[in-house]
Amino acid sequence: MTGGETVVFWLLAPLAVLGALGMVFSRKAVHSALWLALTMIVLAVFFGVQGAIFLGVVQVVVYTGAVMMLFLFVLMLVGVDASDSLVETIRGQRFASLVAFLAFALLLVGGISRVAFDEPAGLAAANARGNVEGVAELVFTRYVWAFEVTSALLITAALAAMVLAHRERTEPRASQRELAALRFRGRRPSQLPPPGVYARHNAVDTPALLPDGSPAEESVSQVLKARGDLHERRPAEIAEPAEISRAAEVAEGRTRD
Amino acid sequence: MSPTAYLYLSGLLFSIGAGGVLLRRNAIVVFMCIELMLNATNLAFVTFSRMNGNLDGQIIAFFVMVVAAAEVVVGLAIIVTIFRTRRSASVDDANLLKY
Repeated sequence: MTGGETVVFWLLAPLAVLGALGMVFSRKAVHSALWLALTMIVLAVFFGVQGAIFLGVVQVVVYTGAVMMLFLFVLMLVGVDASDSLVETIRGQRFASLVAFLAFALLLVGGISRVAFDEPAGLAAANARGNVEGVAELVFTRYVWAFEVTSALLITAALAAMVLAHRERTEPRASQRELAALRFRGRRPSQLPPPGVYARHNAVDTPALLPDGSPAEESVSQVLKARGDLHERRPAEIAEPAEISRAAEVAEGRTRD
Repeated sequence: MSPTAYLYLSGLLFSIGAGGVLLRRNAIVVFMCIELMLNATNLAFVTFSRMNGNLDGQIIAFFVMVVAAAEVVVGLAIIVTIFRTRRSASVDDANLLKY
């Protein structure tokens, strides 16, 4: 291994491990997905550095680009507030998992360290006509059967996803008249209140205020509420006259927000 | 240093993924840990391909990627279907076979 590759390895390998640990221990699932994307990019660099150029590009395009985006799509579909509760229902599971992880890691490291490897042959000869040409020659001669079978597998997987995610309409679509009748018989005949519009904030994360000064929960999206992204306004802030506000700004040495 | 460093890294990533599968209860995060394990095996395959001087390891890693992509598609479709009926993505809740 050349000096440049050693530097690249020792710079990026801790990053890969950090990404893996960040993925396992992140509280929010979207953060886990991003940490995993980091690990995958680092692995793509390692593929490229070891002479697997085609595989490095495929790793970025297919794994990080398609598979991780698919994960993020499904996470958004399932709901970003569907996070783990920290209470573990099975007693001793956390400790047993830690023990299992340590034992397995020690087993792997111990197994690898006891092997006496030959001198690495390197890929200079195999990549003589280019990595893509070498990969293509093998795929279409020795592995052509596996290639065809995996293409059938991909078609089957796409069909399976379509079948599983499909929702059949079991009753006729409600007309506008029926929808309006249902709305007037239901809880709220009118539209939902819009978010609050104030002098300093009029974004969708500011709830509107009811006559007694309390925020109206239905005026902001429930997703923002679940994520904790609401901009809370203190009711006293609204009722204060302008001169008291200005004096308070001067006294506190900063502008009210 | 020799390419065995990549093998150690691959083993470490694989065991972190395995620990994550046991620890996490959100089905999608468990799935991501399985993807991490598959990536670790790809790294091992590419390293062995380099050590042996032929491209067979890279071909196998390519097929692992293809199968993993197909598996992600079907697995996520299953998770979406389960979530639609049960409104929960926790693996602890899918216990219908429990007596």
